[in-house]
Amino acid sequence: MLDMQGIAKIFRTDLIETHALRNFDLKVEAGEFVAVTGPSGSGKTTFLNIAGLLETFEHGTYRLDDQDVSRISDDQRSRLRNEKIGFIFQSFNLIPDLNIYDNVDVPLRYRRLSASDRHTRITSALDIVGLASRMKHIPAQLSGGQQQRVAIARALAGDPKFLLADEPTGNLDSLMARQVMDLLEEINRMGTTIIMVTHDPDLARRAHRNVQIIDGQVTDYKPYEGPYEPSAIIGVTGERASG
Amino acid sequence: MLSYNLRLAFASYRRNPTLTGLVASAIAIGIAVCTITLTLYHALSNNPIWWKNDQLYAVTIDSWDPERPDNDKHPERPPPQLTYKDALALLKSDIPMRKVAMFKSTRVLDSGKADVKVKRMDTRVTTGDFFRAFDVPFLYGGPWGAAADQGPEPVVVISKEVNEKTFGGINSVGRTVRLDDRDFRIIGVLDTWQPAPTYYDLNNGSLENPEDIYIPFAWGEALELESAGNTNCWKSEQINTFKDFTNSECVWIQFWAEFSSKADHNRFQSWLDGYAKDQKKLGRFPRPLNNHLYNVDEWLDFNEVVTKDNRVLVGLAFMFLAVCVVNTVGLLLAKFLSAASLSGLRRALGASRRDIFQQHLVEVIVLGLAGGLLGLIFSALGLWGLRLMFASDFDQYASLTHMDPTMMGAAILLSLLAGIAAGLYPAWRIGRIQPATYLKTQ
Repeated sequence: MLDMQGIAKIFRTDLIETHALRNFDLKVEAGEFVAVTGPSGSGKTTFLNIAGLLETFEHGTYRLDDQDVSRISDDQRSRLRNEKIGFIFQSFNLIPDLNIYDNVDVPLRYRRLSASDRHTRITSALDIVGLASRMKHIPAQLSGGQQQRVAIARALAGDPKFLLADEPTGNLDSLMARQVMDLLEEINRMGTTIIMVTHDPDLARRAHRNVQIIDGQVTDYKPYEGPYEPSAIIGVTGERASG
Repeated sequence: MLSYNLRLAFASYRRNPTLTGLVASAIAIGIAVCTITLTLYHALSNNPIWWKNDQLYAVTIDSWDPERPDNDKHPERPPPQLTYKDALALLKSDIPMRKVAMFKSTRVLDSGKADVKVKRMDTRVTTGDFFRAFDVPFLYGGPWGAAADQGPEPVVVISKEVNEKTFGGINSVGRTVRLDDRDFRIIGVLDTWQPAPTYYDLNNGSLENPEDIYIPFAWGEALELESAGNTNCWKSEQINTFKDFTNSECVWIQFWAEFSSKADHNRFQSWLDGYAKDQKKLGRFPRPLNNHLYNVDEWLDFNEVVTKDNRVLVGLAFMFLAVCVVNTVGLLLAKFLSAASLSGLRRALGASRRDIFQQHLVEVIVLGLAGGLLGLIFSALGLWGLRLMFASDFDQYASLTHMDPTMMGAAILLSLLAGIAAGLYPAWRIGRIQPATYLKTQ
């Protein structure tokens, strides 16, 4: 599903060169729920950005869903982000002046889907996160937990191969955090691969596998021992996906 | 996707109404300045009788000083007016379909009504062909014929304004008015007629009002009427009487000819050259043969109706628009970058650079059109202000300072181009942002 080999990412200014990732290797198989931990500045978010094709890197190779994406064009990266990856951010990143329905609609618009197809996907995704009745609300009218569930619905609506979550519960109280984690676990059980960056060791323990990053390198890596057998693999559109 | 981008554009305007208003205003001010200047330029460079451009010609003969040309800047140009005796000679040619010999004078109009003030009025002393050659519209009656020209008969055509002031706007044909010390019978009342510029006589400028009173040309000699236009003489001559004046080499008569065909035009040109050669034999026309027939476009150019200043003004207006566009670029950059996190988010969710570029381009195009509409309102206000300032001096400004559909279309097109010009870079720039940079700050 995701295979990074020897990745190096360097941020440069006039004075400083920062090696955010160095000789970074990681393999994540389909259906896994991987927690990525590490201290601040260790390179977790950089890893997530590269994994999500939001940033390029200097050295190494990256294969995503059996495709080498190391040197693809910006347009191809956009398309892959849209079709294969779902993002969940710490600060939810909803568009404040769009209602919930339109927020979930955003990635689908760029896939040029028909209006009816989009509608089916949006209502189905909002059903999964339990917010189908709130689709005309704007984000400010929802609690933090609800907003994060909208963000999850937005990620799910595109039927992604895997979800990248960056501190998904970082802005939530413990009750809401637990609800969001329950939801992520449920989504993972349905077959979606999840990589979650977190500071919280309790949340990390709920993942199948923990990966620790320190100084831009994986320091505690337990290879996948699969096969992983999800209880059910059901996409947002309600169709049964291949496992 | 267009309707989606339009929705996003309006959401963006609502999100930042102040900056949106500033952008639209910057475009609007630039458009308004350009539109006002272009409206005036368009009116001045307008040919008010374009449909007769191949038929109607100003006639010139170079009767000027052998030592120096009439126009030092353009020595190739003959004087723009004729001597009285040459005008009479040209009137005898039967080649043109219509011949107009004329000059501007003034007459005191007395309607005989106690409640209407006696007033000195601009008077055109002209042959009857004036009205049909220049397509002058009549409200009542019509022009006089050849017999009235030859008589001359005491007939007069008055303007609509004079008819309203003197007779309350009723059909006054058949009534009598007194011009100085002679009675004239009204045979026609003009409808509204405001050619801009006043191409048929540019001696006193191009923004003159048409005259109030029109009488047959032959009355000029009979009543010894003086010209209220330009009279130019190059030769030292004894002029003691009006007869001396009409026999002199002074030029003061405007002459126009209308032809029914190109062949007639060419025949008349040959006839004119023949006439000039005959006059040379009589010791006149010492300069080289230089007779010209100018159509209305050429005549406006000859008289430099659109001056270099007008053109410079148009250039300056466009430079001002360019400054507005440059300012708009800055405002749009600020506007787009203030919402860069949203664009970054859209990029993260799968929007391509082109998607973001198109989204913002739609936003600036709509904004440019809004600026254009606002600019049209500003233009209308500006032209209204010009009318208030100058209308008392020249009624012509009233017609000059009205925007026609061409100018409105030009304003909308300009605003569209200005919007695109101002928005291209900011839209491109926002499409190039790295999504990861803005996701944390969203």
